[in-house]
Amino acid sequence: MSAGASEGRARVLADIRQSLGRSSAAPEAIVPLPGTGPRPAFDGDPVERFVAKMLEKSATLARIASLGKVGAEVERYVASVSAGRRLCVSKALAATAWPPGFEIEHRAAVREDETSVTPCFAAIAESGSIVTLSGADTPSTLNFVPENHIVVVHASQVVRHIEDVWAQWRASGRTMPRTINIISGPSRTADIEQTIQLGAHGPRRLHILLLAD
Amino acid sequence: MHAAGSTFPQRVTIAIHDQRLQGALAHASGGFVHKRAAQVAALPEFEALRERARSVKEHVLDNLDAYLERYEEQVTRRGGHVHWASTAEDAQRIILGICREAGAKTVTKGKSMVSEEIGLNAALEAAGHEVIETDLGEYIIQLAKEPPSHIIVPAVHKTREQVADLFDEHHRPLGYTKHLTEVGEMVDEARQVLRQHYFRADVGITGGNFLIAETGSSIIVTNEGNGDLTQTLARVHIVTAGIERVVPTLGDAATFLRLLARSATGQEITSYVTLSTGPRRADDLDGPQEYHVVLVDNGRSKMLGGPFREMLRCIRCGACLNHCPVYSAIGGHAYGWVYPGPMGSVLTPLITGLSTAYDLPNACTLNGRCQTVCPVKIPLPGLLRELRRQQFESALTPGPIRFALKAWAALARRPRLYHLKMRVAIALLSRFGRRRGALSWLPLAGGWTGTRDLPAPQGRTFQQAWSARKGARP
Repeated sequence: MSAGASEGRARVLADIRQSLGRSSAAPEAIVPLPGTGPRPAFDGDPVERFVAKMLEKSATLARIASLGKVGAEVERYVASVSAGRRLCVSKALAATAWPPGFEIEHRAAVREDETSVTPCFAAIAESGSIVTLSGADTPSTLNFVPENHIVVVHASQVVRHIEDVWAQWRASGRTMPRTINIISGPSRTADIEQTIQLGAHGPRRLHILLLAD
Repeated sequence: MHAAGSTFPQRVTIAIHDQRLQGALAHASGGFVHKRAAQVAALPEFEALRERARSVKEHVLDNLDAYLERYEEQVTRRGGHVHWASTAEDAQRIILGICREAGAKTVTKGKSMVSEEIGLNAALEAAGHEVIETDLGEYIIQLAKEPPSHIIVPAVHKTREQVADLFDEHHRPLGYTKHLTEVGEMVDEARQVLRQHYFRADVGITGGNFLIAETGSSIIVTNEGNGDLTQTLARVHIVTAGIERVVPTLGDAATFLRLLARSATGQEITSYVTLSTGPRRADDLDGPQEYHVVLVDNGRSKMLGGPFREMLRCIRCGACLNHCPVYSAIGGHAYGWVYPGPMGSVLTPLITGLSTAYDLPNACTLNGRCQTVCPVKIPLPGLLRELRRQQFESALTPGPIRFALKAWAALARRPRLYHLKMRVAIALLSRFGRRRGALSWLPLAGGWTGTRDLPAPQGRTFQQAWSARKGARP
């Protein structure tokens, strides 16, 4: 850190402390605010709520019986959106069997990629969202660069609230990844005349493959 | 960027007579208001969330120095760098330094109001960098060389025809020759044009809706995905954020996320909520090699110690703009700087100076809708009143208005004299207006009666009528 940089830090902190009426640094421990924010209550099966909320947000969804069926559903889906059979697939799904004629690559996404297939870390019933963590097997470009983003979600991964995702991450013992993406539908914009248009910069389509388990 | 040179009344006159602007404003107003109302009605916990958010922000402000230090420690632990900018110039200098160090030619940007506040684009361009705004609304106003007119939808004042004309002018040299008429075509064309820039950008700059002290993460809340492409594909990611954006924990962030999208665009949640923590890890296949956060003070620490402290709770949702009758009538540009509407009328005088933005706190009807919808319960009308009071105290209020206010204050403090004068004045006005039932001219109020009549009073003051009514009761 250069001299100028530490000077800026000292000045901002001194100005804050002056306004707070403190002459020196705050005591080491902050007394945390008691309690937590309310979590929206909802009835019914969280998985069904997740499905309904995802569809509300213009995602599409297919229910499949087992991981063995992923290949066939992806084959059907890419044909339905006239996309090619070259896929950028997360290495975490390397064990998937693909129908003949598919080219599967495990890497970060590039401009030419039309379709990606990724797992998720969790899914949220409250808002209808999937959550991904970046990592060696799950590069985050897969979530944003291709036109079609296909996500494999196990019903058992669906949690009720955002806070449950944080709890699950803490319990997993994983260190903080570079990014956590909470994704709730395809890319959209309403910047021209408040007209909603899908596929602004990120994926035009978000397709969920929901596994019974 | 500095407050625009023309005066506020001049800009208002232009805005009110700009039929295209009025058309765009009429088209926009209502949409966000209704969508927000529907979301709030669907969430019984909304009021409790507002109250919690208010308490969390107050708690953070009480411990702002400690939370910023904790946040910095976590960012550093994850390989990122935190920079502290006391002024807008400091922030520019720090960011230019990072760009220079990175040998940057092209800089892509996600939407960031702080970067507008510190005049970042002009500084980057002056230093020879190519700057590309990637949020569609920001991209449109960058082509038009205009500031944003709304903090959430920066190009809300533009019609689709104006966007088509801008695209004609700027995309034709790139080989896009078709004149567009549909919004979908325009979004597609912008997508194609902007795609190439993400991949060749050296530096990607985004804002930060929230900074999490617990983990050293910055959060962006977006719908387009441009912010994610900006920060993932550039070699260097710079986050610009005000010092008040820090929240203690991941759990607190959840509370604010529930309020932000509902209040801003009337969405339950935006398409993308992204937490970024440090640069790419050793085994990551993508992501920036460097991660910097520039914490911007620029007047905020001063606000912390005075009567405007509550303004630091603001999460920049834009609900107060959407619900403001003045904003809906004149649009964002008339406010003369980067923050419009009620929140802008408080922030602009505090950042640019009480005298340069004299009119803003006065361009308010004190109807209170902004406070009613604010997700963190900022008493905006009260803060605007306090600004008016400070203007009066520091003799910024113009002579005739000062005189009138002083006369009024003298009268209002003497109830007997006040009632006497009122009885006389009301009786006189009633007599003069009896024939038409209205007055078309009043001494000292020509400006008011120039465009409308004053309905004539009925002859008695409210106090008189009230006494008579009480007397008449059994």
